[in-house]
Amino acid sequence: MAEAVLELKGIRAGYGSVEVLHEVDLSLRRGSVLAVLGSNGAGKSTLLRVAAGLHPLGSGSVLLDGRRVANWSPDRLARHGLCLIPEGRGVFPRLTVRENLWMSTHLGVTRATAEEIAFARFPRLGERRDQMAGTLSGGEQQMLALARAVIVRPKVLLVDELSMGLAPQLVDSLYDSVRAIAADGVSVLVVEQFARAVLGMADRAAIMVSGRVVHQGTPAEVEEHLSSAYLGG
Amino acid sequence: MQQFFSYTVSGLGTAAIYAIAAAGLVLTYTTTGVFNFAHGATSMLGAFTYWEMRFAWHWPAPVALIVCLGVLAPLFGILLERGVMRHLDNSSETTKVVTTISLMLGLLGLSLWLWNPSRSRPFPRFWEGDVLTLAGVRIPYHVVATLAVTLLVALGLWLVLKRTRFGVSMRAVVDDRSLVALNGARPHVISMASWSVGTVLAATAGVLIAPTLKLSALPLTLLVVNAYAAAVMGKLKNLPLTFLGALVLGLATEYFRGYQSSLPFSDKFVPGFLASVPVIVLLLVLVLGRSPLRGHAITRVRETVQRPTWAGSAGMAVGVVLVAALLSDVIPRTDLFTLGRVWGLGIIALSLIPVVGYGGQLSLCQMSFAGVGMVMVQHLGSQGNPLALVAAIVVPALLGMIVALPSFRLSGIYFALSTAAFAVLMDRWIFLLPRFRFLGLDWDIFNGGSLDLRRTRFFGLSMEGNRVFFIYGAAVFALVSVAVVGIRRSNYGQRLLALKDSPAACATLGMNIKVAKLGVFAVSAGLAGLGGALYGQGMQSATTESVQFVSSLTLLMVMVVAGLSSPGAALFAGVFLGFGLNNVIFGKIADFVPDRLGWAEHFFDKLGSNTLIVVGLAGLSLGRHPDGFVATRLRPRWDQILARPHALLGIGGTLVVAYLVRIAGLINNWLFAIAAIIVLTVVPAAIVPRPKHSAEHGLADDGEEVMIRAGARGH
Ligand SMILES: Nc1ncnc2c1ncn2[C@@H]1O[C@H](COP(=O)(O)OP(=O)(O)O)[C@@H](O)[C@H]1O
Ligand SMILES: [Mg+2]
Repeated sequence: MAEAVLELKGIRAGYGSVEVLHEVDLSLRRGSVLAVLGSNGAGKSTLLRVAAGLHPLGSGSVLLDGRRVANWSPDRLARHGLCLIPEGRGVFPRLTVRENLWMSTHLGVTRATAEEIAFARFPRLGERRDQMAGTLSGGEQQMLALARAVIVRPKVLLVDELSMGLAPQLVDSLYDSVRAIAADGVSVLVVEQFARAVLGMADRAAIMVSGRVVHQGTPAEVEEHLSSAYLGG
Repeated sequence: MQQFFSYTVSGLGTAAIYAIAAAGLVLTYTTTGVFNFAHGATSMLGAFTYWEMRFAWHWPAPVALIVCLGVLAPLFGILLERGVMRHLDNSSETTKVVTTISLMLGLLGLSLWLWNPSRSRPFPRFWEGDVLTLAGVRIPYHVVATLAVTLLVALGLWLVLKRTRFGVSMRAVVDDRSLVALNGARPHVISMASWSVGTVLAATAGVLIAPTLKLSALPLTLLVVNAYAAAVMGKLKNLPLTFLGALVLGLATEYFRGYQSSLPFSDKFVPGFLASVPVIVLLLVLVLGRSPLRGHAITRVRETVQRPTWAGSAGMAVGVVLVAALLSDVIPRTDLFTLGRVWGLGIIALSLIPVVGYGGQLSLCQMSFAGVGMVMVQHLGSQGNPLALVAAIVVPALLGMIVALPSFRLSGIYFALSTAAFAVLMDRWIFLLPRFRFLGLDWDIFNGGSLDLRRTRFFGLSMEGNRVFFIYGAAVFALVSVAVVGIRRSNYGQRLLALKDSPAACATLGMNIKVAKLGVFAVSAGLAGLGGALYGQGMQSATTESVQFVSSLTLLMVMVVAGLSSPGAALFAGVFLGFGLNNVIFGKIADFVPDRLGWAEHFFDKLGSNTLIVVGLAGLSLGRHPDGFVATRLRPRWDQILARPHALLGIGGTLVVAYLVRIAGLINNWLFAIAAIIVLTVVPAAIVPRPKHSAEHGLADDGEEVMIRAGARGH
């Protein structure tokens, strides 16, 4: 069995007195793609936010590269190779495209290199380099958000519902980029509501229902459980 | 024309200083979400520090400037971030306001501690007397220098914010703080830089403006209210607009000053009006601004304090009156006179409970309402006429409704600012108006700055004597406290709490928010007016100083520390401020300090005479606990004691023994009072373990806050 680069063990977390994650266990193997599926409100975003240090961990442990990183600050985690593309638009709306890319250089890339990489991957961004990110279309904003992952080449990439509110074609091309990042050796954890977009690229998959992982396995196995999980959950 | 140019020149100078101060305010507000009420106090401290180095220690000006603005100010900013602001990251807007107001009071206290306010400190301008003549217009060097500094600041800020990654990160923080962290940047380092830059700008403004004002702590601290106006014109986020706002404000002020003598009704209204121009502009911008201004989050989120019971509050009311009657027997008449003001202040403190405690509307002008109450007693109660008390309630209540009007469009920090502007307007202008004729009547609002207040006669029954006034005051306090509990228990009180929890939800429930807000302001302003009347009658004469803005802030802070929704806290506030508890306690400690520790004695003496610093420090350390120590610490312990008869018996017995010992003349009043306080507060704390659930409460509280805030953003 391949070694895990990110391990979530017995994660509990919540908002106020309401617990929304009940003992979640997940592990991401080095160099693989793990897809976590779950309907709206299952707790996927909360899980990723906990892993990235944005949300307090109730109990359980998080291991990055075998190191206990629970309660680390998000910036420290980022410096240790964890990259979260958050739900919604992971861009700074009132900064220009170039300024947004400049923000990705905190982890050691030069500004010129960052722009070169980003514009090579997403030529559309190059055409709009001095535009405010808030005025970009939804798909372009997601490209900009993903560009950060392309630039920093993290150890672990967490992607939260890239498809939200976008046309299927666009979603496919965005996931092509994720696939390319993964092919570069980055371990990727994607969460999605709908299987269609991600099961094809995943090495393993899991289903979350109401804050619990109810099934894990190969994409094919998981696909079988999907309808029952969604309807029964 | 010549004149116009010279007014323009001084207007530009003033504008430049406002711009620097406002830029610092905007910078820290946008990058950290904390509106720094202590910004002006920081300016003040900067000016005093510079003065000390330049004129007391006779350092050369450049050295003093570099040390003050280049070293101490940034260090202070860093200290501020590490020590105070960092802990505000996830707190509600109210907590933030409370913290920075505490800081303001603490810094004000600190400066009074370090620099004896009764000494005069001449602070000549830079290049005093040197003038540059440009196309026939005489421009003093110091104005040239001020303009140059402002240009440098503007240019520097622009360069940093646009052309450096650090500056871009600062702007990025404004958009999305957590995304900045996900990018691997350290948000705390960015905040620290913001606070340093903000502090340097504040101190620079202070050093520049101090020569035009006197080097006096309070005016310098309140100077920043002028900068608030400029900052609000920039919607607290737009630096170019802020600079423009400063320009308008500076020019308006100086043109008014220049042309005041040619205005129709000049000398009477204008002097105070002039000082109020920025505040009036602030009010206008807030009230008439194009889009409604909403603060970040709603105010305090959830009340963890239990609903007060009728039995409990009636018990407290009866207890207050009985204890007052007992005390009035043992305390000498002269001390009773001093103590007379406890009840008035207590009632003003009670008046904060409906509006801030239940309704969640931050009112920073309660003492101004109290001042109006006093004015009514002065003018209508000269023969002790009880009708004056009615007017002392009704007129402030009407005024309160006017003050509440902006709350329809403003919330959070913006509404708090509008109440602050109202308070400062009263301080600077209305209360200072000289005698004038208007509508065929003679008006002399504050009686030339000092009121002479007669105590009331009820149908031949005079409240004149110190003893009877003391008991009467206690009775009124008791009645009002029961009324306040009544409000809490009524349907209306429930609605106020709901309004505080979630205004959006209330609107969808069809609740008339406007009526609720007007009502709560009317009630609390009316109560403040009544409290003011009693406060003034207690002292028998009152100056404008006793009702000024800073007094409102001090009272609010004491209530925040003690607990904004409990009448017991109001009693504490009344005793603390009216009785000078601070002075008594620390004075006594100083007395007990052995003689060879002279410095310690001196320290406690100073602490005793410096209520501001004590209140400020208490607010900084305890203000984060939204329900205050009376409600969260003392009350739960008392509940446990009530459940243990032997403990109750022990405490009661000790009190009776202490009282007998006092009657027998073995100890004096002070010792008795201190013993009583120790028995009532410290002993319960010692014998009963801290209730466990309060920690969990705290956690649940934060969570709720997050949830509701997320919800509110959606609307
Ligand atoms: N800010 C919040 N405050 C309170 N509850 C929240 C908040 N965000 C999410 N929740 C709750 O947590 C649960 C999980 O939400 P989330 O992690 O966003 O699910 P998903 O991403 O799978 O749609 C939901 O029941 C949601 O209502
Ligand atoms: Mg989600």
